Amino acid sequence: MYQVGNFVKKLSNKHGRERESLMPILQAIVQKHNYLTDEAMVEVARELDISAAEVYGTASFYTFLDTQVKGKYIIRVCKTITCSMKGKSDIIHILEDMLKIKVGETTSDKQFSLIETNCIGWCHKAPAILINEMPYTELTPEKVSAIIKDYMHK
Amino acid sequence: MENKGLTKVDLIFEKIDSKEVMVKAFKMSSAEIIQSMLDSGLKGRGGAGFPTGLKWKYTAAEKSPEKYIVCNADEGEPGTFKDREILDRASNKVHGGMAIAGKAIGAKKGFVYLRGEYRYLLPKLMIELASFHKMIHEIGFDFSIEYRMGSGAYICGEESALFESIEGKRGEPRNKPPYPTTSGVFEKPTSINNVETLVTAMMIIHHGAQNFIQYGTKDSRGSKVFSVSGDTPTPGIFELELGMTVLQFVNEFGDGDTKAVQVGGASGFCVPRKKFAETIIGFEGVPTGGSMKLFNSSRSMYNVLHNYLDFFTEESCGQCTPCRVGCQQLLKGVEKVKKGEAKSTYLTELVKLADTMKIAAKCGLGQSVGNAFKSIVGNFKEEIIY
Repeated sequence: MYQVGNFVKKLSNKHGRERESLMPILQAIVQKHNYLTDEAMVEVARELDISAAEVYGTASFYTFLDTQVKGKYIIRVCKTITCSMKGKSDIIHILEDMLKIKVGETTSDKQFSLIETNCIGWCHKAPAILINEMPYTELTPEKVSAIIKDYMHK
Repeated sequence: MENKGLTKVDLIFEKIDSKEVMVKAFKMSSAEIIQSMLDSGLKGRGGAGFPTGLKWKYTAAEKSPEKYIVCNADEGEPGTFKDREILDRASNKVHGGMAIAGKAIGAKKGFVYLRGEYRYLLPKLMIELASFHKMIHEIGFDFSIEYRMGSGAYICGEESALFESIEGKRGEPRNKPPYPTTSGVFEKPTSINNVETLVTAMMIIHHGAQNFIQYGTKDSRGSKVFSVSGDTPTPGIFELELGMTVLQFVNEFGDGDTKAVQVGGASGFCVPRKKFAETIIGFEGVPTGGSMKLFNSSRSMYNVLHNYLDFFTEESCGQCTPCRVGCQQLLKGVEKVKKGEAKSTYLTELVKLADTMKIAAKCGLGQSVGNAFKSIVGNFKEEIIY
């Protein structure tokens, strides 16, 4: 709790304490801690002198500003039409098999979360996924398997 | 209608000396820059197609000490990936276009709103932005650019939702009027332009408006970057002169078995094979922000429609009832018809709902759901029912 407070204070010093600073601050917290805890949102509200409801209301609007527990590596599988046509289901299957979780879940060691997402702008190299901010494209189950093994050993 | 055929063009990714163009722009007056845009006939490349010259003219006419240029890099339309490619390969022209627009309207500050999905580009863009700032300050431009990130909300590509997001709020579209040219980001006069529009503007300054109008047709001047995907042997980014027919496009990019082309993404129109020859890609026919998705005869158009409706149901901001409830009901409706739980005539009711959404929804998202819905249901009714 104390540490969260310090981190939020540091971010507020960097991004400012105006309303427009809210998104950059929340994004920076998610980048470092994968999701927004209640404590973090309350701290942000305190720093920016706005209500915690305003902070939660804003965060909950954006799919990348998660307010639920998420793993260190968030895998977002594109489910929009081209990726869906080009083998998205096979990608989901291999991921579920390897990670032993279903779409929407997080592994018990909090290393991986698996979610589906809308178009990520790689339709010409479908199917595509994002792992945190890195895109991986033209995937096959074999390629996915190799990529995830790499992450497991990070 | 004019038909220009299919011609590849190299304008957006053409290698140029940015500094030379910026020096040229710096010597021009605000009125001269705006006149060049008006003469060029350039229309916005994000999809809506508002004349860029007019947008700049209206913003320039506003008396306000603070004005902004916003570059809309929240590219989220399914099937569109050209802005990512442009930012990756030609960010100097995006930044250059913003500074030129700033000079035209009297803005000293610009924002690039980049979608969260493209965050991996940011480190590279920051390096390029630093050298760009150095270059234009040497020339004498009083202009600076700041990047703001999105966080995974398609609706933030809608201009007023994007402003709300920059201001640190939920990305819910505002009522219009007032339009952005009067009251945009931070309630100041704002010109918001698509990534490609800004690059094209810089190239118009470089080559001159007269050169630009040689390309394209009366209603659709110039060339445009197309994002080609789906059932095609050659997916990718292609810059083509505007004014070709869908048939010419399919002859170039199809796999020999194309049954439909979705022009303009999930919010665009589905063109079936029998209309390929008569449909022109551009503002006189089917407009597009660049998304071109080809479907061959192995694809179920029900699945395509279902995928789009699922997309809109998730991405609707939920603020206005016609869109929030309308998207859900269209999705449930086609599912019912497919399962035989509703009669095929129920589709007529759903079309009426889509028409209502076009009139009653607050922003472009809800208003355009009917485009794909009606063109797919209208042209592929059997596939939806059986």
